Amino acid sequence: MDILLQPFQYEFFRNGTLAAVLTGALCGLIGVYIVLRGMSYIGHGLSHAIFGGAVVSFVMQWNFYLGAGVWGFIAAILINQTVRRTKIGADAAIGVITTASFAVGVALISRYRRFTRSFDAALFGNILGVTWQDVFVVAAVTVLVGGLIFFLYKQLLFTTFDAEVARIYGVKTEWVDTLFALALAAALIVSMQIMGVTLIAAALVVPAITARLLTDSFNRMIMYSIVIGALTGFFGMYFSYYIDVASGATIVLLQAVVFGVALGITTYQKRVERLVHTHV
Amino acid sequence: MQPLLELKDVSFSYGVTPVLEGVSLHLHPGQFAALVGPSGAGKTSLLRLLLGTLQPTHGEVLLHGRALKEGLTPQVGYVPQLETVDWRFPVTVEQVVLMGRVRRASVWPWPSAADKQLVNETLERLDLAGLAGRHIRDLSGGQQQRVFLARALISEPDLLVLDEPTTGVDVRTAENVLHLLAHLNQQGITILMTTHDLNAAAAHLPWVICLNRRVVAQGAPEDIFTTDILNETYQGDMLVIRQGGMLFVQQKPHGHSYREVVPNPVPGHTPVDEAENGYPAPAISI
Repeated sequence: MDILLQPFQYEFFRNGTLAAVLTGALCGLIGVYIVLRGMSYIGHGLSHAIFGGAVVSFVMQWNFYLGAGVWGFIAAILINQTVRRTKIGADAAIGVITTASFAVGVALISRYRRFTRSFDAALFGNILGVTWQDVFVVAAVTVLVGGLIFFLYKQLLFTTFDAEVARIYGVKTEWVDTLFALALAAALIVSMQIMGVTLIAAALVVPAITARLLTDSFNRMIMYSIVIGALTGFFGMYFSYYIDVASGATIVLLQAVVFGVALGITTYQKRVERLVHTHV
Repeated sequence: MQPLLELKDVSFSYGVTPVLEGVSLHLHPGQFAALVGPSGAGKTSLLRLLLGTLQPTHGEVLLHGRALKEGLTPQVGYVPQLETVDWRFPVTVEQVVLMGRVRRASVWPWPSAADKQLVNETLERLDLAGLAGRHIRDLSGGQQQRVFLARALISEPDLLVLDEPTTGVDVRTAENVLHLLAHLNQQGITILMTTHDLNAAAAHLPWVICLNRRVVAQGAPEDIFTTDILNETYQGDMLVIRQGGMLFVQQKPHGHSYREVVPNPVPGHTPVDEAENGYPAPAISI
């Protein structure tokens, strides 16, 4: 038993695990809306944009969360407005805006080489660096985003299902989109230290698509996605300690395994159902 | 009587391409009207103008005598084309219908007892009782159409707008949908719909508006479904047949039948000639 609980003796591990569970649940929640809107690529793009903001914050000596947050939010709004007001599609807008933002970060790093190591951590995740303050920020963002989605549940559901018709029925879809972009940017920023920029997109998308495979109910999809995100966060952290692999990578690999199992089970169930129908 | 909906000299264009030019029309409370015209005639743009999602480049759209301004959404129950619905979306019949209450919804994510009651009553009214918990994909075409109609009705609209409600469903379902709309209209609901089905419009609708960038004609189908008006609307050769108090509209055949294009459409099968069996060859034109 002591061997199993060994990693929890360390404060960094306790902090990291708590942060991984919270970010897993948070990404699981937001991911449902991302997946159902067909915007899976935005998590990938926006995390890269936020990386640019993080580097700028570092150089300008701004508060990391504030600087990266404002940068990410502006990138999300720019993407939204570019898609709304021009002929450019969402994928192209995400590609241009977020890659340019990421390039700003890379350019600044190459110019000021002294902080290269910190940004390796931002790119690939560094659980050792998670402090109590970080856990507090993750918890606060999780509560705020959870609250936002709770109180905007009906508007978000309608906007996600059919934004144009939702507008006709009186939903202020521009406000809903703006608040959602803000929530997404906040979730990505607090997840960056755990998952790393390069892996956040998977943490956003994989629990949600796994949940989608398991249910046809929107509410159950949200619950399953949160639980899958939180559990893979916990066990991913735990396994990463023993196999000595980066925490972000272990969490995403575990999520991929869960997705594979869900895909296998649902495919088998469908095949059995088809056979039963054929023979009845 | 003040019109419920009024378009005054409305024009609209996408960039330099005019879509609607000088459209003026009225819809009075209790009217049941169809908007007909060829693809690209501006039907969808006209619907969007009165739904408030597009703004006219000239003229104004009034609902209850008040001009629709940008950002203001009118109390209109809208039923989109079934083809535009994402059927893979994980949503139940009850959730879709409840979307119609979003304007009056409380801040809590769950529906109020009153809203649940209203959903049940509306589903019962549209013969959908017992389907509240079903996924929308698991319903028949007619049931799916009625679910979106239920969503529109539960919003307690001044006007019900349907975009091609008979497209994408079989003939019997289309017939049932039109009967249901006529029934709702008899209960006092004002309805405006677009359709490509001129025969259904002739049989079921008391008022038809022929549109092709401008209003070509409007009135009862028996008055305005004439060869001249339909030719002008559709820019083609239309054939109007009146028989036994009924009205049939058909595009004139192009003068070549499928036999001329594909002499033997089924390999190994020789088509029976008209002269052999005494019946005319199928009037399919390609």
